[in-house]
Amino acid sequence: MAVSKETTRAETVQPFKYAKEDFSSGQVVRWCPGCGDYSILAQMQKALPNLCAKLKIPRENVVFISGIGCSSRFPYYMKTYGFHGIHGRAPTFATGLKIARPELQVWVMTGDGDGLSIGGNHLLHALRRNVDIKIVLFNNRIYGLTKGQYSPTSEFGKKTKSSPVGTVERPVHPVSIALAAEATFVARAIDRDTKHLQEILERAGEHKGSAFVEVFQNCNIFNDGAFDSFAELAVRKDKTLVLEHGKPLVFGKDRDKGIRFRGIKPEVVSLGKGGASEADLIVHNEKEELPTLAYMLAQMGEPDYPVPIGVFRAVERPTYDSLLHEQVKEARARPGAGDLQALLDAGDVWTVE
Amino acid sequence: MDLSTEETSTRKKARASQTSEAVIVRFAGDSGDGMQLTGSLFTQDSALVGNDISTLPDFPAEIRAPQGTLAGVSGFQLNFSSRDIKTPGDAPDALVAMNPAALKVNVGDLVPGGLLIINSDAFGANSLKKAGYEHDPREDLTLSSYKVVSVPIGTMTLRAAHPTGLGQKDAARCKNMFALGLMLWVYDRTPDTTLRMIAEKFRRKPQIAEANKLALLAGYNYADTTEIVPSQVRVRKAALPKGKYRMITGDEATALGFIAAAKLANRPLVYGSYPITPASEILHELAKHKDFNVITFQAEDEISAIGAAIGAAFGGALGLTGTSGPGFALKSEALGLAVMTELPIVVINVQRGGPSTGLPTKTEQADLFQAVLGRNGECPVCVVAPATPSECFTMAIEAFRIATKHMVPVVYLSDAYLANGAEPWLIPNVDDLPRIQINFHTDPATFQPYRRDPRTLARPWAIPGVPGMEHRVGGLEKQDVTGEVCYDGQNHDTMVRLRAEKVARIADDIPPLRVSGDPEGGDLLVVGWGSTYGAIDQAVANVRRRGGNVSATHLRYLNPFPANLGEILGRFERILVPEINLGQLRTLLRAQFLVDAVGYNVMRCQPFSIREMEKKIKELL
Repeated sequence: MAVSKETTRAETVQPFKYAKEDFSSGQVVRWCPGCGDYSILAQMQKALPNLCAKLKIPRENVVFISGIGCSSRFPYYMKTYGFHGIHGRAPTFATGLKIARPELQVWVMTGDGDGLSIGGNHLLHALRRNVDIKIVLFNNRIYGLTKGQYSPTSEFGKKTKSSPVGTVERPVHPVSIALAAEATFVARAIDRDTKHLQEILERAGEHKGSAFVEVFQNCNIFNDGAFDSFAELAVRKDKTLVLEHGKPLVFGKDRDKGIRFRGIKPEVVSLGKGGASEADLIVHNEKEELPTLAYMLAQMGEPDYPVPIGVFRAVERPTYDSLLHEQVKEARARPGAGDLQALLDAGDVWTVE
Repeated sequence: MDLSTEETSTRKKARASQTSEAVIVRFAGDSGDGMQLTGSLFTQDSALVGNDISTLPDFPAEIRAPQGTLAGVSGFQLNFSSRDIKTPGDAPDALVAMNPAALKVNVGDLVPGGLLIINSDAFGANSLKKAGYEHDPREDLTLSSYKVVSVPIGTMTLRAAHPTGLGQKDAARCKNMFALGLMLWVYDRTPDTTLRMIAEKFRRKPQIAEANKLALLAGYNYADTTEIVPSQVRVRKAALPKGKYRMITGDEATALGFIAAAKLANRPLVYGSYPITPASEILHELAKHKDFNVITFQAEDEISAIGAAIGAAFGGALGLTGTSGPGFALKSEALGLAVMTELPIVVINVQRGGPSTGLPTKTEQADLFQAVLGRNGECPVCVVAPATPSECFTMAIEAFRIATKHMVPVVYLSDAYLANGAEPWLIPNVDDLPRIQINFHTDPATFQPYRRDPRTLARPWAIPGVPGMEHRVGGLEKQDVTGEVCYDGQNHDTMVRLRAEKVARIADDIPPLRVSGDPEGGDLLVVGWGSTYGAIDQAVANVRRRGGNVSATHLRYLNPFPANLGEILGRFERILVPEINLGQLRTLLRAQFLVDAVGYNVMRCQPFSIREMEKKIKELL
């Protein structure tokens, strides 16, 4: 195939060394000044040079795919192949592309409306199939591009243009949804916690299989400050819990609080004198096959608990695209495979002389 | 019945000498009675003895509709002939009715004097009541105009299957094979082919295979011993063009055609589909042929199915999706995206009765507007429609030839009648099939995403993996040439016209339309499209034989129309457009060519009958 030839050439001449600038398309970025999306763009442009070097991927093999909404303008700003689709359907284009071209690294950029409302079904199925695509969901808990209606992640009772006296519906939790679909990689980050965000994007990029990353992203026009209560630097260490594999659940700026079980519920405890010891705490295991504990963590949040960020789950399972191509490969290795005349001639054939 | 009066009289004479030119038989029973299998086996045997064939399976949407009711009747009609036939025929010469409901639904279609085989075991009071008979129709004058043969098919089948030790319920299910055995004898066949096919079909269930074989032979021998008809009827071999043949349904031919397209283009085929009647057979068939680099993706819904096809096309594969009317409606927005991104996908719509869920197993042609017009914005696509099951193969290849050459989505309109109907297929030689030339753009120096080929106006197909050509496409309006997002009004006007012109220019790349009859013109031209071809062609031929000044033409390309269509329409005094809808093609023709076309529109879930078509033609002459 013409393209693999090109790829081979690229591999021989390129050391896969890129800088952040190599991933900037140079287009004028049209998000509102101060939007959290700028940070996600910057961290992605920083993460990709590391990923390309580590995984030996040339830039031309990276593709960004999106649906509709503010987040979905993302591909235009990346100097990679990009596809800006229709509302909610990005995982479907990504799945089609990935099964046609398994060697590509395919990213899906989506939002809380695009990914969980109009496109909720596609997200669920892409994750449960474990298609090797990386999905980044920008959660600002509001509809921005349509100028400020509540979204499926908006908190109960939220007053917006379309809910002037407050919503009467409960929000959906993106990480819980991803875990319920048994996604093999599930993580969460915060737009303004840039270093952690970059780290999480790189982890997602390295994962083989569906990766899901929720990013708390501030919409400073229609939902400003939605995450301030735990995301602001001044309170972040006390109000968030950074998940680390193999380590006990400790948080707080003095690292003096932790999470342990009380019955079947998590409980916040003080560590040290008169309190609990680290040995009493739950130890995070992102490789646990059973998603139960990860789900419990996903349900934690204000006001009773710190908000967990980091990798909830990272397990290995064969990807949809690799299993599919194994079947194709096997079929093509059979004697007589791909003989079109034989296929047309198959069955009960008769000849008219 | 598709025979002219003259032919009918010849045929009657012929029947006395035990040969017939063409015979139409119909098997009818409960939807659990195995009538579709019975019909298929008889069809296969007919094909193998060298007859021309055409079939019409007709079954309820429910897998097992309420037993014994009129709604649950499943039928299979077969026309087998020693001459060229193009339809399953209007009225059966012989009917097998496995129960009173099947009798009631079908007997009205049987020709006077026709053979009627009845399973007498199924005519208990309860069954009669379920079918809505107040009296046993065998005992009054209801059936007096037919040659009625009443056979206790149920009891005889149980007796025949007894040696296999099969339980009564399973043994009783072989009664369709007993009926088939009767019919094989009536039409002077041997049971050999069918016995072989039974063995093959039930190869993993030897006991069932044995019971079916015994039932078939019992039926055959019963007919022979009792001479259930005074003389057997033989239909000689048809004088088909020389070559290798197999039987094929429209859905099978469609699947094989798309496999061939991928092979001829030397690209992988990605088929995204969500199961839907009557298109699922295409998915089943394609899923079997991974060795042709065919990847099937059973999507979570219709939108995902077309989304995957678009994603695959963005990656350089042949992106294909298939569905029926309701699913096609769900794909509309994504189809618009393929128009905007100018990617070469093909969308199969195996039309069925609508609107909404409509009649899932019944045929209709009412999605033409949906295919040509059914999207937001000015959103032109190419639309093609095969006319016969065999043509489904060639049009599939043609669909991808057009899509990839012109960088445009192509809608491929089949229908339930084509999908399930079978006919002999002259198997093509692969070397004679046209190659599909794919040229990816790989030179960054000359690359602009929307720089068009000056002749076709196609944009370049540039796929991920090629360095230096990283670019973005999407559903927002594009700037001419650069493909950047652009909201400028003048540019939008230009782009709308370019997209329309690009599709219009496909007319230069398709074969000119041909007229059968008088190409120079005349009193009446019958214009058809899709699966109505057989009935139109036969009816026009019949009327012409009797001196009627009528010609026919059949459209395989619905958007754009062939370049010479307007000129052809202008040569005829009157235009008749028969369609199984309220006049969708007629409206398009009237709008584009200002012709006062007349419609013939029937939506009875059945293909047109030749007789009714002739009647309509004669009305206009």
